[in-house]
Amino acid sequence: MTTHASTAQPSYLVDTGTRKGLLAWLTTTDHKRIALLYLYAMSMFFLIAMGIGFVMRLVQLTSFQKLITAQTYNALFTVHGVIMIFLFVIPGLSAVFGNFFLPILIGAKDVSFPRLNLASWYFFMAGAILAVLSLFTGGGAPDTGWSFYAPFSLKTGTNVSLAVFAAFVLGFSSMLTGINFITTIHRMRAPGMQWFRMPLFCWAVYSTAWIQILATPIVAITLVLVILERFFGIGVFDPAKGGDPLLYQHLFWIYSHPAVYIMILPAMGAITEIIPTFAKRTIFGYKAIAFSSMAIAGVGSLVWAHHMFTSGMSGMALMLFSLLTMVVAVPSAVKVFNWVGTLYKGSIDFQPPLLFALTFIFLFCIGGLTGVMQGALAVNVHIHDTYFIVGHFHYVMFGGTGMAFFAALLYWFPKMWGKMYSKKAIYASWFPIFIGFNMLYFGMLILGLMGMPRRYYVHLPQFHTMHVVATVGSWFLVLGLLMFFGTLLYAILKGEKAEDNPWGGVTLEWTIPSPPPLENFETIPIVTHGPYEFGAQEGKS
Amino acid sequence: MSVSIEHPAEAHTEHPGYAIFIKVWLVLLVLTGCLVGMSHVSQTYAVWGLLTLTPLKAGLVFYFFMHLKYEGPLFKVVVLVTLGTLLIFFALLFSDVAFH
Repeated sequence: MTTHASTAQPSYLVDTGTRKGLLAWLTTTDHKRIALLYLYAMSMFFLIAMGIGFVMRLVQLTSFQKLITAQTYNALFTVHGVIMIFLFVIPGLSAVFGNFFLPILIGAKDVSFPRLNLASWYFFMAGAILAVLSLFTGGGAPDTGWSFYAPFSLKTGTNVSLAVFAAFVLGFSSMLTGINFITTIHRMRAPGMQWFRMPLFCWAVYSTAWIQILATPIVAITLVLVILERFFGIGVFDPAKGGDPLLYQHLFWIYSHPAVYIMILPAMGAITEIIPTFAKRTIFGYKAIAFSSMAIAGVGSLVWAHHMFTSGMSGMALMLFSLLTMVVAVPSAVKVFNWVGTLYKGSIDFQPPLLFALTFIFLFCIGGLTGVMQGALAVNVHIHDTYFIVGHFHYVMFGGTGMAFFAALLYWFPKMWGKMYSKKAIYASWFPIFIGFNMLYFGMLILGLMGMPRRYYVHLPQFHTMHVVATVGSWFLVLGLLMFFGTLLYAILKGEKAEDNPWGGVTLEWTIPSPPPLENFETIPIVTHGPYEFGAQEGKS
Repeated sequence: MSVSIEHPAEAHTEHPGYAIFIKVWLVLLVLTGCLVGMSHVSQTYAVWGLLTLTPLKAGLVFYFFMHLKYEGPLFKVVVLVTLGTLLIFFALLFSDVAFH
């Protein structure tokens, strides 16, 4: 791509307007600052939910359960799920890195609707505050699990109504962000930035945005129906009034399964940026990866009922959704194949972002393959609602999205803050994270196959050994995560100044200063070729 | 932050008069009457009425009152993609409901 001279504009981190300090940040319409607002809020939510998960593991360490009551345990797994899903992984890479880098990667000065972008963040924070309020008001923290299944969610005395309303508000944030990103990609690409010259992260964010605006309204309406049902007893999901609880499950998963792809697609996009940079090779199969993102978004929206294989739905639906579930594995596998194909015979530079990207591929493959196992009807009946499911989705959500989030953070960190972290400290944090992660979640896969049901406060003695293994794993994992975040926090405060292009990347963000100036580019770049052309660097090892 | 965006030419090229709105409104009233009538015949009629006449009514609202008729092809495609998605969701949902 065409490069240009560095700009004289001040960094986006410097207050240049009439407002200063916190007020300048809270009223900013700069996409980069909004990205950081998301990042700081989400990091806080992540650490809180991690702490809750840590306590839940401690409960399982002893079979005497002296730490908390059963009701509190129910509340903890609900709150852990709600925070992690709605406040961390769903906004995840899209809200943070999509906001920060999408305009830069397509050569734009900002997103299409900057004020709407800030409004999205406020919706996000309002939803988060309501979710927190739901813990301490009404009948106390919801105990339904994050899926709020009817009819229990209609009957429980806990504060489901407010928690559900919080999720409704969070949905607005997601939809507005999706609309913003789609419009930005359609209308604000730099001259010469044709569709197939866009970095693949943009394709991933684009696919995600379509799911956000098509699927989110469905869950929003469903959640409103739950509130109406609780307050007015309208009977849509109540069999006593001619309603159907299975309809709730359908409507919930019509959104919430595609939400899995809202979580994972931008993660895959980030990995697709990282791998060519550290292999110094153009991406293998650009169009295959671009179209696989769209295929995952499309097919992934049609597989929701595989969460309901034991619910008693019709045999026809069982077969159909089982088949579709198998089909969605194909575009996911295309991506994995292309990442490995890119690395093959590349000039590998084993920097921290690549280490976490490879960790993502390894863990995501385990998550994906255990997902295909569950797509088979006969297997699903046996492992449904067991710890196998818990292990599987943590491999996908944490091993997948989480590790990709960390990889993306490490990759773009020097650009975002203009500082460099200690690579040795990051390498050191990787070991406890990787070992702890696998002890914890592979332990859960084994527990599930042994028959341990999920969401149980107590367990039988035959499961205790694996529970101990998993709990000790959680200690390693938490230790590694604290080392990881501590290293990055220290780098933000006292890190060495980073170069403009420390990794030798060739996409547009590496052509501008670190941290980027307020309007990204002094002059809008003219793009003359594809995003991953390494020229003389390519193939050197 | 100042971002210069070139706005495309206004897509609305023609504007409908009140006569067309009143005609469409009358059609909507007739269709609503049909729906109410069918719901009194039997539950099966009511369901089929809802599945056929309601989308037709929504289509008329989209097309005339929400000005889809006067928009460019991009907007029409976006609306069609959305409605197509909804239709697929319905079809898959009925693979359960219809075979219970």
